[in-house]
Amino acid sequence: MSALLDIRDLKTWLDSSGGTVRAIDGISFEVARGETFAIVGESGCGKSMTALSVLRLLPEAGQVVGGSVLLGDEDLLRLPEASMRGVRGRRIAMIFQEPATSLNPVMTVGRQIAEVLERHTALRGAAMRKRMLELLQAVGIPDPLRRLDEYSFQLSGGMKQRVMIAVALAAEPDLLIADEPTTALDVTIQAQVLDLLSGLQRDSGMAILLITHDLGVVARMAHKVAVMYAGQIIEVATREQFFRTPRHPYSRKLFEALPGSERRGGELAVIRGQVPPLTTDFRGCRFADRCDSAWERCHAEVPGFSSGGDEGHGVRCHLYDDAQTRTREQASPTPEPVVDERSDAVQPAQQGAALLSVQGLKVHFAIRKGLFKRTVGQVRAVDGMSFDIAAGRTLALVGESGCGKTTAGKAILQLIRPSAGSVKFDGEELTRLRGRALRERRADFQLIFQDPYSSLNPRMRVTDILSEGMQALGVADTVAAREARMDRMLAQVGLNTEAKLRYPHEFSGGQRQRIAIARALAVAPKLIVCDEPTSALDVSVQAQILNLLKQLQRDLKLGYLFITHNIAVVEYLAHEVAVMYLGRIVERGTVDAVLRTPRHPYTQALLSAVPTLEPAGERAVIRLRGELPSPANPPSGCHFHPRCPQAMDECKLDYPAAIRIGENHEVNCLLYRPQAG
Amino acid sequence: MPLLPIILWTDALIFLLLAAIAGFVWYVRRHEHLRAPWWRVAQTPAAMSALVVLAVFIIVGLLDSVHFRLALPAAPGTQTDRTAGRNVAYAVDVKSVLDLLLASIADRPERTYSAPLATHAYAKEMVERPGTGGGPGTQIRDYPRLKYGGAHLRDPQRDRQADVLLTGFRGVALAIPLWLLVSIMLVAACTSAEQLASRAFWHALWSGKTEVPWRAILITLALLLLLVLPVALLSRHYHVLGTDKVGLDVLYLSLKSVRTALVIGTLTTLVMLPFSVLLGIMAGYLRGVVDDIIQYFYTTLSSIPGVLLIAAGVLVLQVYIETHPDLFPTSAQRADFRLLWLCIILGITSWTGLCRLLRGETLKLRELEYVQAAQAFGVSQWRIMSRHILPNVMHIVLIAVVMDFSGLVLAEAVLSYVGVGVDPSMISFGTMINAARLEMGREPMVWWSLASAFVFMLALVLAANLFADAVRDAFDPRVRVGIRKLRFARAEA
Repeated sequence: MSALLDIRDLKTWLDSSGGTVRAIDGISFEVARGETFAIVGESGCGKSMTALSVLRLLPEAGQVVGGSVLLGDEDLLRLPEASMRGVRGRRIAMIFQEPATSLNPVMTVGRQIAEVLERHTALRGAAMRKRMLELLQAVGIPDPLRRLDEYSFQLSGGMKQRVMIAVALAAEPDLLIADEPTTALDVTIQAQVLDLLSGLQRDSGMAILLITHDLGVVARMAHKVAVMYAGQIIEVATREQFFRTPRHPYSRKLFEALPGSERRGGELAVIRGQVPPLTTDFRGCRFADRCDSAWERCHAEVPGFSSGGDEGHGVRCHLYDDAQTRTREQASPTPEPVVDERSDAVQPAQQGAALLSVQGLKVHFAIRKGLFKRTVGQVRAVDGMSFDIAAGRTLALVGESGCGKTTAGKAILQLIRPSAGSVKFDGEELTRLRGRALRERRADFQLIFQDPYSSLNPRMRVTDILSEGMQALGVADTVAAREARMDRMLAQVGLNTEAKLRYPHEFSGGQRQRIAIARALAVAPKLIVCDEPTSALDVSVQAQILNLLKQLQRDLKLGYLFITHNIAVVEYLAHEVAVMYLGRIVERGTVDAVLRTPRHPYTQALLSAVPTLEPAGERAVIRLRGELPSPANPPSGCHFHPRCPQAMDECKLDYPAAIRIGENHEVNCLLYRPQAG
Repeated sequence: MPLLPIILWTDALIFLLLAAIAGFVWYVRRHEHLRAPWWRVAQTPAAMSALVVLAVFIIVGLLDSVHFRLALPAAPGTQTDRTAGRNVAYAVDVKSVLDLLLASIADRPERTYSAPLATHAYAKEMVERPGTGGGPGTQIRDYPRLKYGGAHLRDPQRDRQADVLLTGFRGVALAIPLWLLVSIMLVAACTSAEQLASRAFWHALWSGKTEVPWRAILITLALLLLLVLPVALLSRHYHVLGTDKVGLDVLYLSLKSVRTALVIGTLTTLVMLPFSVLLGIMAGYLRGVVDDIIQYFYTTLSSIPGVLLIAAGVLVLQVYIETHPDLFPTSAQRADFRLLWLCIILGITSWTGLCRLLRGETLKLRELEYVQAAQAFGVSQWRIMSRHILPNVMHIVLIAVVMDFSGLVLAEAVLSYVGVGVDPSMISFGTMINAARLEMGREPMVWWSLASAFVFMLALVLAANLFADAVRDAFDPRVRVGIRKLRFARAEA
C-alpha cells in the first residue's frame, strides 16, 4: 500500500520570549490510504503543531524549518501559497476540537458547506444543493433540508461537530485531520461521532490523521499509533502491538497512570517531574529525567529510532538498541501497584452518620419574557435529588453535560439557592441559614473547580489566594499563624513554599490545580465538592491529582462529592455513584453495584459508550437515539423514555419511583418494579 | 513682599494629584509584587521615550500651575510704608512661573498676524514712507516691518536666512555639549550606584543592553534638545511659530495651552472614575434591583444631549460668579473656577460609557470560578468587588482614561466653539483651534496656529498613548510582551 501522506524529518520551530521553541523536532511517519493514524500525547507535545505544519497554517511565530511533507508526490512545503489553498479542503481537510467555535455563527449551515463546494468543485445551484443534502445525510443529521437553512446556534454540540465533518468532507478529501474531534463532547455523543468517522472512512477510503490524548479513542479508532513526547515521536506501532506491549517507558507509564477499578486500592503511577521546556538543547533522551529505567547513556546520548526486532513497532529508546544486552525485564521491573494496607476497599456505606444529607433538592430557574419579565416557564436544572455522604467517603455524581450535576454541586454549597428541598450538613439545615450564620459555616464545605486556569485570580499572588479564605472565615487569626498554615497546606499538596510569592500564570495546569486544592484545604473543610477537577488535565497529571485527593481523604477524613463524566475516575476514586439524567438521579449505589451491574437503560448505554482500551468489537455498544432534551421542557413520565431502547407505554405516564434492587442499589426504572399484582 | 502667591482651585487639585501619585510610588516601591510590572514598564524603550516627552509636557504644565500676583512698584510720590507690607498693591493679572520664564516671548506683541520666523507682517498695510528731502511722506501699501520679529536685522531681506541658520546652528552647538553632560552624569550616577566599570557601562549602553533602555531615553533626549534649544535661541528675536490675530506669539499660546489640556484630561477623568468604576462594578456584580436602577440612571443621563447639560451647568456657574464677585478677585480666578466646573460637568456627563463597559466586563468576571471560590469562602461582596473584580478591570479603566484624555481635549475645543467651554480669556488648544476656523478661511491662509496646536496635541496624546500601552501590557499577566517574529535559517537535514 503506497503512502498517501509521507512526512520526513519535519521540524517546526516557534519563536517565544524564552527563546526558540522546537515544537516539532524531526518527526517522520507515513499514513496510507484508508488508514487511521493516531498521534497520542499530552498537551504541549507538538501533536496539534504537526497538523498545522502539514496544512501550513502555523501561527505567526512558527515556521517549518526543515523536512518534507509529501502528499502523493507533491512536497506541500514547497508549494506556493496559492496552490496550497487548493490543497486545503480539497485534498486535506481538518476538523477541530471545539465545534462551538469552528462554525461561523452568522452563516447558515448550508452556506458554510457551499463555501467549500464553490471553492473546490464545479457544482452550482441545484446540483450543489443536492450535494449538500447528501453530505448532511451522510453525517447522520435528521431532517437535513431544514438544517441547511439553520444557524449554528440552533444546533446542539454533537450536531455542530457533524456539520463540521460535513464541511470537511464536502470536497471529498484524501486525508482528514481530526484534532481532538470528540474531546468536547459527551461520551454518548462521542460514540456517535466516532462511529460516523469510521463509517465514512469505510465508504470513501480516506485516510484519517487522528490527534488525541485519549487512549480509549485510539483503541477504538486507530490502525496505527504514534506516541509523541516533547516534539518527537517516541513510539510507532500498530494498534494491536501498542495495546498489547507498549515498549517505550513513557507509553507504559501512560497506561499505568490511567485510573480504573483494578487500581482502586493503590496509587496511580505518576511520571515524576514535568515535560522539559522545548527551548532546551537536548543532549540525551528527552524523557531521561523522568524515566525509571534511565541510565547514564540516556542522559548522554540521543536515542535513535529503532524497531528492535519487532517489525513495524519502532521506538526511540536505548532499551531497544541492542536487545541482547538488556532485556526489557531487567531494565524496568514493572512496579507492582502498591496496595495500601489501610485501603478502604469498598466497605459498606453504613459507617457513621451522614456528613451531608440532601433530600428532594430542586433548583429551578425562571424563564422570564416580555416587558414586565413575566415568568413563562421553568428550567428544571435539578429536579428533586436525594443522597447522603458520610465523612471520609466519596460520592460520584455522573452524567452528561447539561444534566444539572454542576448546578446540584453549587446548590449544595448554597452558591445557588435551591428552590426546594433540604441540605443538611452535620445535622444543620443549610438552606435556612442566611448571612453571617451561613458564612461561618462555609469553612466546612469547599469547592474545587474544573478549570485550573479560571479558578485562580490572575492578579493575585498565591499567598493572597490562599490567605483569602482563611481571612474571610477567621481560620488563623494572626498573620504568622496564617503563614504557617499556608506553608503546611502547600507542603501537603506537594508544592514548594517559595511558590507563595508567585502569580498563578507561572504554574502549570497541574500545579495550579494543587494551589486550588490547597486553597480549599486551608480553611479545614469536612466536605469538598470536586467539579470535574481533572478533566482539563493530562493523564499523567490527572494521576497525580487523583492520588493527592485520595491521600488527603485518607489523612483528613474528607468527604467528597465528585462531579464528573469520566467513568474511569469514578471507578478509581469513588465509593458510591449516582447517575444523573436531566436533573434527576436515575440510579444510585455502590461503585461495584452500579458499574458492574448497571440496571437503568441510561446507565447501561452510558457505560457501554465509554471507550476502553480493549479493542473495539468485543463489546456491544448501546447506541442512544438523539440528544439530551432541554430541561426547560422535559419529556413526560420518565425523562429518558424518548431515547430509551426498552421504553414501554407506561414510561410516558409517570416518573418512576426509586426501586431498591439490592443492598445499596436503587434505580428509577419501571423495568425493575416488583411484580406484585 | 514682592509677590502674593495665589492658589487656584485647579492648582490645588493638581498638586493633590501629584501628592497622591508620589504616595502611590512610595507604596509601590515597598511592595515587590507591585514593583515588578512597573519595572517591566521601565524596561520598555517606547514607554521610556514617551515618558521623556510626557515629562517635558508635565513640567511645562506644573510650571504653569504655580500662580502669584506681582507687587506693583510703588507709585512715585506716595510715601512707601516699609513697615506695613499690607499696603503694597499687587498687579491685577495673575502670573505663573511659566509666564516669567517666557516673559521675553510673551511681552512682545505684534499688531496682528505674522508668519513663523517672519520679519514682516503677513498682510499688506498702509505704510507711511518718509518723503525724501523733507517732502511730504507718501503712503504705500506694503508689508510693514514687525515691531519685534527680526527687529535686530538691518536688512531683513538679505540677512534673515543667514541669521536664522546661524542662530539655529548655535542652538544645535549648545545642545550637543549639554546632552553630553547629561549622558556623562547619567553614566557616573549609574556606575557609582552599581559599582560598574564605566567603560563596560558605556558599551552596554550603546549596544542597547542595559536593563533600563538608556539608549532610547538618551536618543529621545537628544532629539528634544536639538529641537528645544534652537527654538529657544530663535525665539529671542523671532516669533518662531508666528503670531495670532492680536499679535500674540503662538509658541507662547501653545505652551500655555498645555496646562489647560492636562487639567481637562486628568481632572475630568478623576471626577468620572469614581462614578463609572463604582457604579459599573456594582451594577455588574450585584445584579437585580441595583443593576436596574444604575442602568436606568445612566441610560437616562446619556440620552440627554451632553452639550445641553454642559451649557446649563456653565450658565449656572456664570450667574453664580456674577452674583459673588467678591469670591473671585481676579479674572484668572474666575477663568480657573470655570475650568474646574467644566471638568466636573464633563466628568458627570461622560462616565456612562466606561460604566457600561465595566458593567459588561463584570458580568463576565462574576461567573468566573475564582469569584465563585471567593463566594464559597464567604468573602464579603465589597471585598470580592475590590479584590477580584476591580484589579481585573483595571486595564479597561486605564485604556478608557487614556482614550478619554485625547477625546476630552477635543471636546473642550468643541465646547469653546459653542461658547460653553473654557473662559474666553483662558488659553487652550480649544480656543486656538476655534480661532483657526476663521484663519483657515482667510486668503492667504493662516495655518500656523492650527498647525502648532495640532503638533503639540499630537505629541502629548501620542506620548500618553504609547506610555499607557506599555503600562497595560506590563500589568496584564496574560500578555507576553515582546514576541517578535524571528527568521530562522532553514535547517539543512
